[in-house]
Amino acid sequence: MTPKAAIRAEGERLLAAFVQAGAVPVEADILQPAGTLLDLYGEDIRARAYVTDDPVRGEMMLRPDFTVPVVQAHMAHGAEPARYAYLGEVFRKQARGSGRASEYLQVGYEVFDRNAPEVADAEVFALFRDLLGGLDLRPVTGDIGILMAAVRGLETTERRKAALLRHVWRPARFKALLDRFAGRAPVPAGRLALLERLKAGSPMALIEEAGSFVGLRGPDEIAARAEALVADAGTSPIKATEAALLYDLLSLEAPAGHALSHLRGIAPMLPAITPAVDRFAARLEALAAKGVDVGTLAFEASHGRTALEYYDGFVFSFLKDGMPPVASGGRYDALTAVLGAGAFIPAVGGVIRPGLVARLKGAAA
Amino acid sequence: MIRVGVPSKGRLMQDCFDWFGARGVVMRRSGSDREYSGVVEGVEGVVPVLLSAGEIPRELAAGRIHLGVTGSDLVREQLGADEVAEVAKLGFGQADLVIAVPNVWIDVETVDDLDAAAAAFRKTHGHRLRIATKYHQLVRDFLQAQGVADYQLVDSQGATEGTVLNGTAEAIADITSSGETLRANHLRILSDGLIHSSQAVLWASRAAEWSAVDLAAYRSLAERLGVSGAPF
Repeated sequence: MTPKAAIRAEGERLLAAFVQAGAVPVEADILQPAGTLLDLYGEDIRARAYVTDDPVRGEMMLRPDFTVPVVQAHMAHGAEPARYAYLGEVFRKQARGSGRASEYLQVGYEVFDRNAPEVADAEVFALFRDLLGGLDLRPVTGDIGILMAAVRGLETTERRKAALLRHVWRPARFKALLDRFAGRAPVPAGRLALLERLKAGSPMALIEEAGSFVGLRGPDEIAARAEALVADAGTSPIKATEAALLYDLLSLEAPAGHALSHLRGIAPMLPAITPAVDRFAARLEALAAKGVDVGTLAFEASHGRTALEYYDGFVFSFLKDGMPPVASGGRYDALTAVLGAGAFIPAVGGVIRPGLVARLKGAAA
Repeated sequence: MIRVGVPSKGRLMQDCFDWFGARGVVMRRSGSDREYSGVVEGVEGVVPVLLSAGEIPRELAAGRIHLGVTGSDLVREQLGADEVAEVAKLGFGQADLVIAVPNVWIDVETVDDLDAAAAAFRKTHGHRLRIATKYHQLVRDFLQAQGVADYQLVDSQGATEGTVLNGTAEAIADITSSGETLRANHLRILSDGLIHSSQAVLWASRAAEWSAVDLAAYRSLAERLGVSGAPF
């Protein structure tokens, strides 16, 4: 066990380095209103975050991460551009027997800047690389923006694209939807029965027949979706060639330089990804300017696509076998729009776990 | 002494006593009708502990009882996967935990439809689609595994079927055996909305202290009952 004082000292060292890099140190409450986090992550977060009750403020959560309060503070009264750093405990429930810590320090760095987002991406990644040097970590990068651009560029209905985009962070669900939209998976029996039923009459007549009306979901909402289902059943599947490109993209894992050539190669067939690929290229250039060897830097197109995340562009992790990620981060432009009540600013950042850094240093000493 | 937690009242208690009785282990409440104590005849070293069925999982997990009879729904809801060992399914107390939606939702047949409806509902109403239940963990695990989003669980400890009619939820997840109460409240079960098929189960606690004497008593009890010779 690494002594807590050593972990705290490591955290302070990293925080000082972030401040040195131009960040303003900020604090966040440990008790966060549960409503905001639940609206953002959904009920799934209850399995990961500690929930408690405040007699006045209602349901609260022990801070599961800093990003949400830091973004909220910036959106409420931050000047632009801004760089923030923080150090403090976060709390995550762990599976029985996992042996993972449920309370640990996080030290983070967040950049809110409208100019040259790729340069900001490279700034964060290079800073983390420098601070974690000598620990023999394996950096992995990704770019959820390319995947999202590919979905937006599919030749299919807006409804299908929206359904896919909504589940980008739930890979199993995403795959099931894509399989169905591409005609690779059969229409589920339940859906066929439903379509059969919907053919029996107008939606309003069917609603009428179904008996007493209960609940908040109105007849117009029900009818609208019923009509959309019938329309969707008549939609032709996503073209096999286009679907193949998307499946290929989902499993793309290569050194970043190779990944770029590969993406350039498929861009003519999937032109919608070109702006995202251009951004990827600009980022690699910015990374190279910071001395990152993009010829060997690992790139995985699906990196960062796990539940309870919000990254929508560049993503990165610094990994060590047998440990949770020592550091991770990415771009979360959309989150600032969600939390900013209409306002929006491109943002990128990441966190390091000082406890893991201290353990690695202790093992090396 | 092996302490066996058994439901303290009602149909579940009677079915439980009948199940043990049919295997030559006679359990009954001792003293007056209102006193919660019991005796066992036909086997040595075993004492019944009359408990609320809802509290038996917790007592098993804490190791305060060695064995316990309660519904698999309650154990799955309250405990982690490896906290207790299943000794035998008892074949009574059958009920299904299901997701049900208003029958007038003619566009919703499956969990997939529920997910899509939840997305549209949230856009229209500004809040997540509410599902009333008391089985928070089971329902959340089920919906998470299926990748359902934009819903929220609202707690309902009773009369859950009425929550949609009364405007406090859009859908429910509750235990049903015949489905009649659901139908009476204008609800319909999703065709793939079965979360858990529950029945009464005899469980063994991993946390309880099993002395050599306890293990010997367990083996003779198990032989009588015709169940596994080791508690786990």
